[in-house]
Amino acid sequence: MSRRVSSTLIEVRGVSKSYRRGGQVVAVLHGLSFDVQRGDFLGLMGPSGSGKSTLLNLLAGIDKPDAGAILVDGVDITVLPESDLADWRATSVGFVFQFYNLMPVLTAFENVELPLTLTPLSRRERREHVAAALRLVGLADRAEHYPSELSGGQQQRVAIARALVTDPKLIVADEPTGDLDRQSAAEVLSLLEQLNVQFGKTIVMVTHDRRAAEHAHAIKYLDKGELSEGADLLERSVR
Amino acid sequence: MKAIPLAYSVRNLWTRKLTTALTAGGMALVVFVFAAVLMLDAGLRQAMVSTGQPDNVMVTRRSAGSEVQSGVERPQAALVEAQPEVVAASKETVVLIAQHKRDSGTVSNVTVRGLSPQGIALRPQVRLAAGRMFRPASTEIVVGRSIAQRFAGTGVGERLRFGARDWLVVGVFDAGGSAFDSEIWGDVDQMMQSFRRQAYSTVIARLADPGAFDALKRRLDSDPRLTVDVKRERQFYEEQSAALSGFISILGLTLSVIFSIGAMIGAMITMYAAVAGRTAEIGALRALGFRRRAILTAFLAEALALAALGWALGLGVASLMQLVHISTMNWQSFGELAFSFKLTPKIVLQSLAFAAAMGFAGGVLPALRAARLSIVDALRAA
Amino acid sequence: MQFLKLIARNALRHKLRTGLTVLGLVIAVLSFGLLQTVVGAWYAGANNAAPDRLVTRNAISLVFPMPLHYRDKIRAVPGVKRVGTANWFGGIYQDPKKFFPQFAVDAAQYFEMYPEYRFAEEEKRAFLRDRRGAVVGRKLAETYGFRVGDTLPLRGTIFPGDWSFTVRAIYEGAEARTDTSQMFFHWDYLNETMKRRVPRRADQVGVFVVQIADPARSAEISQALDAQFRNSAAETLTETEKAFQLGFVAMTEAIVVGIRVVSFVVVFIILAVMANTMAMTARERLSEYATLKALGFAPGYVAALVLGESLAIAAVGGLVGVGCTFPVAAWFSTQTGTLFAVFEVSLATTAMQLGAALAVGIAAALLPGQRAARVRIVDGLRAIG
Repeated sequence: MSRRVSSTLIEVRGVSKSYRRGGQVVAVLHGLSFDVQRGDFLGLMGPSGSGKSTLLNLLAGIDKPDAGAILVDGVDITVLPESDLADWRATSVGFVFQFYNLMPVLTAFENVELPLTLTPLSRRERREHVAAALRLVGLADRAEHYPSELSGGQQQRVAIARALVTDPKLIVADEPTGDLDRQSAAEVLSLLEQLNVQFGKTIVMVTHDRRAAEHAHAIKYLDKGELSEGADLLERSVR
Repeated sequence: MKAIPLAYSVRNLWTRKLTTALTAGGMALVVFVFAAVLMLDAGLRQAMVSTGQPDNVMVTRRSAGSEVQSGVERPQAALVEAQPEVVAASKETVVLIAQHKRDSGTVSNVTVRGLSPQGIALRPQVRLAAGRMFRPASTEIVVGRSIAQRFAGTGVGERLRFGARDWLVVGVFDAGGSAFDSEIWGDVDQMMQSFRRQAYSTVIARLADPGAFDALKRRLDSDPRLTVDVKRERQFYEEQSAALSGFISILGLTLSVIFSIGAMIGAMITMYAAVAGRTAEIGALRALGFRRRAILTAFLAEALALAALGWALGLGVASLMQLVHISTMNWQSFGELAFSFKLTPKIVLQSLAFAAAMGFAGGVLPALRAARLSIVDALRAA
Repeated sequence: MQFLKLIARNALRHKLRTGLTVLGLVIAVLSFGLLQTVVGAWYAGANNAAPDRLVTRNAISLVFPMPLHYRDKIRAVPGVKRVGTANWFGGIYQDPKKFFPQFAVDAAQYFEMYPEYRFAEEEKRAFLRDRRGAVVGRKLAETYGFRVGDTLPLRGTIFPGDWSFTVRAIYEGAEARTDTSQMFFHWDYLNETMKRRVPRRADQVGVFVVQIADPARSAEISQALDAQFRNSAAETLTETEKAFQLGFVAMTEAIVVGIRVVSFVVVFIILAVMANTMAMTARERLSEYATLKALGFAPGYVAALVLGESLAIAAVGGLVGVGCTFPVAAWFSTQTGTLFAVFEVSLATTAMQLGAALAVGIAAALLPGQRAARVRIVDGLRAIG
């Protein structure tokens, strides 16, 4: 079977999503369509409640739209049953959360290893991958430390190592620097850039922070469910 | 291998030490009660079963519930002795006397058995532990190990007074933890005279061939001159403990089940809190690609690990109970019976299963809740 | 008022957790109460003893009888008002599991000494007239459905053979704790029958029940009575009815102690559960306590909040548990039939149940309350999320 290697990684087609909030139904996204190319580093910005995180969740396969389709590398993830979706996430997506979401009872090494336990790799192979990922984020010497023994910036870097250890096509980051001081934030962002430029990872990042957004190569602005280019970025004040 | 590493479940128990200790502690108490009851019952059964020899039979009056209630007239006893299957027989008299305990001074009924040297020979498990055996046709007596320990005036060289006579204790015997350890033995004819008895209580007989029991029973049951029941010695003693054993088991197990509900509730509260406290982690794990079933298994494993901890602790303390000896009135024979707690491999497994059931019952609902969380809601709760 | 409101609202924040804790408490309090009642039932005989009744038995043990002619000598002892005879019959009704006490008594004397057994006049007369008549207690009658006029067959064990009686009267107990699980019949009938079947066992009495005029002289009269029969074929031992009944309890002391111990074990189980609940709750609310302290509330106030919530939960669990004890005890009583003569939940038991709940409520709150009071405001406020 030959696959057409297209340059488009993600195709979003007519996606709508609404939530029930206090008895009222609020439409967050309606009929959204856009593409993300392979190797893009896309920043998603917008006011609070605009649906940025919702869109990110849909792209990452941890939520399903009410209508529309999302194709990632040719696979429509909106029609996959939850168990297949879980498998898909394990191999195709890496997550970076605002509050890191590391397992406090596992060491940095074990946290990074976690996604690999879902693959058929042997113990030795897993160890090699983890070591490589930790080296990449510069925390090889902290492998046996628990998250509580690491600074915020270090924890986030462990989270990034975890996100890329399965060599996923796509990395989604939801406010990755939201809880970090300026220095750590800068480290994390340059790391993401490195992943994108050096390793060709496609990254979609949601952020409030204008400075963070500057590391991205393209910015889309989401407001009232409508996506637009970031031409008037300086004008639209973000919170 | 799509399961969350076991280390995740187990280490989370270590993080919240107080909660783990309290929850496991509650379960340990329940396992202790459960195991202790089973051990008590096993100890009681062992005391009774080890009393009976496989080739001995006991002949009592028909429908007599115990040896004390039984009376076998002399001619009937002679008839039993003369049966072809019987190779040796002992005609015995059994009474209860009220004696004072050593430490508390309270009075309890002690079984006194009058027997002959043949009777002693029919109990090969009995050995002399101190002094010597009583001389036939004398007012000498020997006491079982448990009696020597518990009752006043039963040391070698001391005298007991009953039946309007003084009896000299010349020895202590060890019956290997069987019911005889709680008896006093003396010469049958002296005893019969002293208690003004005309009839024997029981006839103990050894069969040349244990398989001949059925033939003997048929003959004795159908003989119109006899009004006796004949049973294998083992069966007789088993029946003697049936009421007490039944009481212990039923009361004990009922209590264990009720208590386990309390411990289970404790486990449920702990696991619900664990799920609530780690909602974000659950979301992250699901996002990473772990399925709902993996989440369910991980939290169930945590609950079962708690139960295992409780089991180890509870069983450990229960096994110490083997050092404790119980002495109480056996309701059927009306006499004191000493026995202790006995830990068997079966009880170890039964208590493990019980603990596992508690852990499962306590953990299943919270684990289901964890598994049913939607990823987005779970992450949002961070 | 604000304090109480805070406590109530806080307890209801986590409905599932609070609900489960209360349920656990209810079960524990209920179990504790039932077990204490079982222990109490053990002492029922001793509790029903009258101070003016003595029991005379063979000095060797209860298993040996005494000659009937002792009766006259006992009656002659100064201070003795009345003498009755009683023999434990120990027969089997249908099967050994259907156990109830059976006594052969000399009815004319015996029931005069037990005024707490209340009869309907014609029923009593009918019983006294019928040699083969029997009297059963209300509880026994209800357990096996005995009615006046029914035949009561018994298979003898101590007194061998088959025996048949006619129920002539059903007696009620004067008080809730009176034993109405017993059956009585005429000693004369027993004796006549034994004269025919096994003559050498006739004219033998199990115990003599002796009513004395002045309870204060019971020790003196007991000794005088026993002195009559010293060095005879059957020496006697006379004691108050209470001592006699307590003697039985002492024989199964190990079991009673065991049940008592186990009843406290359940309290410890629930203490662990409750302590866990309070510890978790307090830990989760550490930042709230810190905030309260920052606002100016004293550490004592914060500790009191924890204690108050713990006590509130314990109170609800304790009261509901006590309330459930009565119907459950009644059900248990009907299920066990005549195994327990009396199965009444005593006031002392209820008090102990409430006391246990209170103790658990306080103990569970000690450490968490202390921790809450001591939390440093800075630490508490930082520990968010």
